[in-house]
Amino acid sequence: MASVTIELNGASHVLIAGRTLHDLIASLDLLGKRVAVAINCEVVPSPHWPGRILKPDDRVEVVVAIGGG
Amino acid sequence: MKLNDTPDEIRPAATDAGLTIAGKTYASRLLVGTGKYRDFDETRAAVDASGTGIVTVTIRRVNIGQHANEPSLLDAVPPDRFTILPNTGGCFNAKDAVYTLQLARELLDGHKLCKLEVLGDEKTLFPNMPETLKAAEALVKDGFEVMVYCSDDPIQARILEDIGCVAVMPLASLIGSGMGILNPWNLSLIIEQARVPVIVDAGVGTASDAAIAMELGCDGVLMNTAIAHAREPVRMARAMRLAVQAGREAFLAGRMPRRFAASPSSPMAGRIA
Repeated sequence: MASVTIELNGASHVLIAGRTLHDLIASLDLLGKRVAVAINCEVVPSPHWPGRILKPDDRVEVVVAIGGG
Repeated sequence: MKLNDTPDEIRPAATDAGLTIAGKTYASRLLVGTGKYRDFDETRAAVDASGTGIVTVTIRRVNIGQHANEPSLLDAVPPDRFTILPNTGGCFNAKDAVYTLQLARELLDGHKLCKLEVLGDEKTLFPNMPETLKAAEALVKDGFEVMVYCSDDPIQARILEDIGCVAVMPLASLIGSGMGILNPWNLSLIIEQARVPVIVDAGVGTASDAAIAMELGCDGVLMNTAIAHAREPVRMARAMRLAVQAGREAFLAGRMPRRFAASPSSPMAGRIA
């Protein structure tokens, strides 16, 4: 099966070709969690995750809120 | 807690309407950070003891591979109980700061209030003002309500206000230093001219520092390390709550003038000797 290599939070990550952002977030067990996602420095709101197919070299950031001042 | 259940010592003064930022009023004039605590239980206990309505958080990458069912900060400090103020801690340029807050807005369901801080270097964590101004402009244009960490420079504060920031937050001393209010005169100049709330952000080390900031006429105080790194953080959180209230009360009461000469408190007339 063809694969796609993306960058996920700064590290290389391999996916099956054709997978969406929604699939990626599900595979990380983060669906329903308070996370925000950007691809190539553009925020992708969660309703758009299922329609966004991940392409080679997409830079995906998945962030959470942590303690800070 | 109903107001009537509150002990006298921590009941807000009737004359103090509270802190209004971007049209929303908060009973407490203390804002607290959530960094540097031992765990989320301690974070929540300190936040509760502080009486704050606004807590800062920071935005970081998810640890991929670490388990998703770990407790999260926003479970401990839920957005339906507290106003969450996402910051740009760790950003050294305008572009990163704007991007971070765009992610934060998405994370917090479109929430517009944010704390902008663009740092100059790792040694001082002093604000980089040219980048701060650039980021503030971009964020205001994009609809954010920007509370901004800035130098204690009245000119910079005025420019930020003119850009449309909803609060200016000068440092009192270096972030995390606990050195207290090092330049009360500059803070006074900023307070005197400001049309938006002035909140001391950074440098408070203990309760008297918070009281001094409030006595100067600051509208609020934001702190993190002073509570989190106290020997007993929850007790210090309560001390800070009281200090902010005491300082505000003293400001409203109006202090006596400073005099060189002594003035006896007991009348000199009618003495027996």
